[in-house]
Amino acid sequence: MSNLSKLQQVLDSDQFAVTAEIGPPKHSSSEGIRHHAEMMRDYVDATNITDNQTAIVRMSSIAAGAHVLNSGIEPIIQMTCRDRNRIAIQSDLLGAYSLGMCNVLCLSGDHQKFGNHPTAKNVYDVDSMQLIENLRRMRDEKVFFCGEAIKEAEPQFFIGAVANPFADPFEFRVDRLEKKVNAGAQFIQTQCIFDMERFERFMEMVRERGLDQRVHILAGVTPMKSWKAASYMQNNVSGMIVPNELVERLKNAEDPKREGLDICIEQIKYIKEKVKGVHGVHIMAIAWEEVVPEIVEKTGLYPRPKVG
Amino acid sequence: MIVAQQKPISEIAQMISDCKKVLFLGCAGCVTVCLSGGEKETDVLASAIRIKRTLENNPLEATTFTCTRQCDPEYIAGIDNLVKDVDAIVSLACGVGVQYLAERFMDKWVVPAMDTKFAGGSVVHGLWEEKCGLCGECILHRTGGICPIIRCSKSILNGPCGGSQYGKCEINKDIDCAWQLIYDRMKALGKLDKLMEIQPLKDWSKSRDGGPRKSIREDVMIDE
Repeated sequence: MSNLSKLQQVLDSDQFAVTAEIGPPKHSSSEGIRHHAEMMRDYVDATNITDNQTAIVRMSSIAAGAHVLNSGIEPIIQMTCRDRNRIAIQSDLLGAYSLGMCNVLCLSGDHQKFGNHPTAKNVYDVDSMQLIENLRRMRDEKVFFCGEAIKEAEPQFFIGAVANPFADPFEFRVDRLEKKVNAGAQFIQTQCIFDMERFERFMEMVRERGLDQRVHILAGVTPMKSWKAASYMQNNVSGMIVPNELVERLKNAEDPKREGLDICIEQIKYIKEKVKGVHGVHIMAIAWEEVVPEIVEKTGLYPRPKVG
Repeated sequence: MIVAQQKPISEIAQMISDCKKVLFLGCAGCVTVCLSGGEKETDVLASAIRIKRTLENNPLEATTFTCTRQCDPEYIAGIDNLVKDVDAIVSLACGVGVQYLAERFMDKWVVPAMDTKFAGGSVVHGLWEEKCGLCGECILHRTGGICPIIRCSKSILNGPCGGSQYGKCEINKDIDCAWQLIYDRMKALGKLDKLMEIQPLKDWSKSRDGGPRKSIREDVMIDE
């Protein structure tokens, strides 16, 4: 029995990985997340558990991760730098590891301005780069962030990070990815890809530097339910690029939901077949978790490999 | 300089509604430079509240004065005679000045007329911008002279985050992304390689997080 995470085993054995996302609820019942986890269980290798995404208070990612894990899926705990200082981050992650969660995704986090507590104080004691580096040191050098030795049972995290090929300055995005890899990132999930041409340019630069040989890159995709949703992302979400053609295609569709799914399926097939250096796909079906199995099946990614 | 902005008049008036005799005390330091608490603003505020109180049949005896600096004991010592007979002092200084007054005049009701905003400077006449986070350990030599501690909304030391687009910050299209500015400047200086160094965890104990700070210069202290 290996103590590596299932996600790591899939990626390290050069198989095309599939991850999805479960957003914890704005209440204290685990029913919904357990339902989503059970539904996705056989279709993904692991699922992200978001950490108060868009700064809206939700069930904690680690608590939700425990429910997901009990429902048979490996969670990827998202840890943002917005709400916790270095003491809370380490403490929470030691707790997560003790509950059997090995995958961590390190992010800055959306600014609290976007959430339901815009008058809150933010923390940002640590940034995502420093979080990656220090989690690596916890594992490899057996030290806390302060340098003090972890005397036993150091957490052996599989460390993830994010990359946004659609943010600016574009030419620095690959540098920053390289910096994250140098810091210790083992897998990368990208921001939702809608502008395939830009993503391909990004991946070309990634391959030129051999970064795809040093880190597992999972391409982020999001199925869209309507042209309004697409248009909202186009205009209101910083760091996203949504081409007009996509909005138009959804607008002209007889069944926009069907069209949104088809677009997503096409994208995954294209990425898998044409974009070299991509090691998996990360499906962010925001508030639409139930479509994940269909997307995985129709892209030929089902059944998932058995590992461990 | 410290940039401060006057609170709404109604709010200031409320703080002294039960006082009959009030000293409005301006400051000739930073708040004069940022046109919010100098001699002119002090006179205008005192007049406005005096008129408001007259209209409310609750007349106010308001006197005004502007100190050289309210953040220096030697300058507020000189106003003892002005303070003697008043019920309250309305300070138009930053939060530092208000506290120096409260410390010196223990038996007086001292209230702030200002919201102290930030350490910054002027951009054009009438516009001031925050520039320094007062973190206690300057890193501007590593970031091309642009401070990410205070100018990046997330104080990121290894930016830019994924919310930077078209040169702007994710929180507001009117805010420049500090890391875009840092990138542009480092590129122009041919120093982009410096941005590949991972900036380590910051020692926030040198900032406010270490508790209220003191700066000591024994060489300039005068033995009593």
